[in-house]
Amino acid sequence: MKNTFKKIYCFYIDGFRNMTWGRELWWLILLKVIILFLVLRVFFFQPVLEGMSMEEKSEHVGEELSDKLDVKM
Amino acid sequence: MIESGLVDWSRLQFALTACYHWIFVPLTLGLSIIMAVMESIYVIKGDLFWQKTAKFWMKLFAINFAVGIATGIILEFQFGTNWSNYSWFVGDIFGAPLAIEGIFAFFMEATFFAVMFFGWNKVGKRFHLLSTWLTGIGASVSALWILIANAWMQHPVGMEFNPDTVRHEMVDFWALVMNPVASSKFMHSVFSGWMTGAVFVIGISCWYLLKRRETRFALSSIRVAAIVGLAGTMAVMFSGDKSGVQTAEYQPMKLAAMEGLEKGGKRAPFSIVPGIEVPGMLSVLATHDLDGFVPGINDILDGYTDESGKVMPSAEDKIARGKRAIDAFSTYRAMKNESPSVADSARKVLQENMPYFGYGYLQSRNDLIPPVSLVYWAFRAMVGLGAFFLLLMTAILWFECRQTLVQKRWLQHIALWTMPLIYIAGQAGWIVAEVGRQPWTIQGLLPVNAAVSSVSVGAVQTTFFIFVAIFTLFLIIEIRIMLKAVQKGPEIEHK
Repeated sequence: MKNTFKKIYCFYIDGFRNMTWGRELWWLILLKVIILFLVLRVFFFQPVLEGMSMEEKSEHVGEELSDKLDVKM
Repeated sequence: MIESGLVDWSRLQFALTACYHWIFVPLTLGLSIIMAVMESIYVIKGDLFWQKTAKFWMKLFAINFAVGIATGIILEFQFGTNWSNYSWFVGDIFGAPLAIEGIFAFFMEATFFAVMFFGWNKVGKRFHLLSTWLTGIGASVSALWILIANAWMQHPVGMEFNPDTVRHEMVDFWALVMNPVASSKFMHSVFSGWMTGAVFVIGISCWYLLKRRETRFALSSIRVAAIVGLAGTMAVMFSGDKSGVQTAEYQPMKLAAMEGLEKGGKRAPFSIVPGIEVPGMLSVLATHDLDGFVPGINDILDGYTDESGKVMPSAEDKIARGKRAIDAFSTYRAMKNESPSVADSARKVLQENMPYFGYGYLQSRNDLIPPVSLVYWAFRAMVGLGAFFLLLMTAILWFECRQTLVQKRWLQHIALWTMPLIYIAGQAGWIVAEVGRQPWTIQGLLPVNAAVSSVSVGAVQTTFFIFVAIFTLFLIIEIRIMLKAVQKGPEIEHK
């Protein structure tokens, strides 16, 4: 079992080490993940209902849905 | 208080992100199958040429995948921030398929994608082939769960609204999974991906033919791509027909907008372009019956009686019932602790009128009409281009089988310049499916103006322009890396 995990680990490590053109793509993916999760998610996309309990979320959305009768398209 | 323009900016931002995401997905779906077929030929024949051919297309697949990966996550950010009412209201209905998709995609991609790229010469030929196929199949299964979630928004089934939690609760998982709209959407989307992959491979291969290089590679790739593309086109036509019948049944306003049909009836005509119609054709397409009744926009607004004798209420009736449902919902919430009997009767009124809940948020009957011109022309672009791709792939395969394709430089030019058109067709398809069902986020239950969060319009505008900048940058990077890889070529015939 231990051997299997070691083999899988080595398979991935060797794969990453021996990459040629793929290296550029991984940098691209890394850059994108940083922009998405460390910039956009942290500074621009805070979920409105974050930090509320289930009851508070129900209450908040219930109020929103009761009050939105006059919102235009 | 909702600021003016918030709904439109939120919609625009979501549309931009979804359309950007949809640039990469179809190519992933289609190219994965084409390269799996190529690798299968390699394993069967043992010819290294096919291994190198498959490897080259895998490289382009990886570039597309790397740029496309995680663009769908931005949509989930938007659900939480810009569409929080919607996100809560849908409850676990939307969350369950998305969670399955997330887990599935992660494990499939982390395992088989890695074996596909790192496993050459490390695992057996057959296991490697299996991994390539499972990467392609995994991408399609991922799409299935996303489309089950999307189909629920188009035709909500298998749930009940709980006014205590203000959420929909799943009561029948299999109704959700077996939603008829999901199966036709899945087929239509996945097989249109096969068409995208085919047009992409044919276009690039024709570029090599025009440059008089990599000829064997190009012709072999074209043969595989054209066969996969034609199979995909047949499946797209079949699922498109099924989808048309379902749209007539579940979303008649979308169908009326697709046709620009103001006044419907029996033997309804199909509009080729404004002023040119095929009599009775729309009835055949929508109901599979020449005498089938297809309602127009005005019929839907005024109310009508359908084929089975069912009376469809007018827009005003639906709006009135929707307002009754929302009043009952507010009364229930206010009275559930103070007066249980009042709350109980309010709950009954809510249940009776729940199918019209979303109509209560509409200001006028005209809010029910989606942007007709946009949907009408998007439908024509999608279908017209689809017919053109069918002709092109047939011609390409015909000349390739007669071994005269190398001389048909005019056809190679057409195939090369068809590549952007497949993306236009894909985007047009998204517009038909999603803009055509406006104003709804969930058909009949929640329009966009109720689904949107009360956030500042300035914040939405800011993130919209940030997305425009980021998406443009990544698209330029992808195209540059892709062009570099194509110019370098598969390096089969130089060696």
